[in-house]
Amino acid sequence: MARKSPEVNAGSMADIAFLLLIFFLVTTTIETDSGINRKLPPMEELIDPPIIKERNIFTVVVNKNNDILVEEKPMQLSDVRQAAVEFLDNGGGVGEEACDYCKGSKDPSSSDNPDKAIISLKNDRETDYKVYISVQNELVAAYNQLRDREFTSLYPDQRMTYVEADKMYTDPRTSLKVKASLKPKLDVLKKMYPQKLSEAEPSKTN
Amino acid sequence: MSKFKKKKDGDLPAISTASLPDIVFMLLFFFMVATVMRDNTLMVTNTLPAADQIKKLDKKDRVIYIYAGKPSVRYQDKYGDQPRIQLNDKFAVVGDVGAYILSERASKREELQNVLTTALKVDGETNMGLISDIKQELRKVNALKINYTTRIGDYTQNK
Repeated sequence: MARKSPEVNAGSMADIAFLLLIFFLVTTTIETDSGINRKLPPMEELIDPPIIKERNIFTVVVNKNNDILVEEKPMQLSDVRQAAVEFLDNGGGVGEEACDYCKGSKDPSSSDNPDKAIISLKNDRETDYKVYISVQNELVAAYNQLRDREFTSLYPDQRMTYVEADKMYTDPRTSLKVKASLKPKLDVLKKMYPQKLSEAEPSKTN
Repeated sequence: MSKFKKKKDGDLPAISTASLPDIVFMLLFFFMVATVMRDNTLMVTNTLPAADQIKKLDKKDRVIYIYAGKPSVRYQDKYGDQPRIQLNDKFAVVGDVGAYILSERASKREELQNVLTTALKVDGETNMGLISDIKQELRKVNALKINYTTRIGDYTQNK
């Protein structure tokens, strides 16, 4: 008959585990790995820059005192999104340049159609980065708002917005089949409201 | 009376703590999985601005990080308190950015070299001048895909 071996005392196991736990708690930095994606323009200068009509450019300037000037008028950050939406969605063009899905006021002094409309964001060398990012965020939000609106009206059976669909598309867990079905829909929206946001080089401060 | 008399060692039985290690191990594994070890020690303050129209960054091996901000307190007597760029573990000047990007790019696998993103982790208090200079350098070496890394949050937090 085998002798009963003494039980190993596991009382200190919790202490060891706690020690490890605390080590990981302290060293953990949950990395932020998300942000606003942008594409810089290539370096070579266009020899023959295309002529863009003044009414198709929406100028946003953030000056060195972090004031926001939209079309040369001061504006609060909270109004920038709506102003950008109105500009992009104006659809003031006629004939070939008409925009049949725009719901804007069709003001002839504003943009012709979303494809022509360009948002130009200028900043000063002394602008704060966080203000600049806030403005960028609001301008991207304007595009997303319009894309959401058209996405839900074009594809109501998807039961999601453009932003959600885009997130699903970029999620690596989404199956290839779903991705393939989402891709053409997202492309349609990207074509309807192309993100034409130019970041000019900063103006010099005297 | 004896009917109600307690047992000789009338104490309640001790609560079993046998499952405590299991619980702690569960937590431990969660943190081990969720932890991303930092590659470089931050030498600059890095309070990222908040934004909510954000996209997730690509996989980590496709990202080149550039940090910028004021030097941390312990480096301030040596490097001053003006915002600076940090590449890997060193402070750098704007002119170093191009070479850094090229060397990082060369160290990646060939099929990834065309899909690299440059993540700018810049402190909210930095002036745009520094960032514009970085952007110009990036354009020179044709690293055009950038990502302004932000926290998740409303823009009203950027005060």
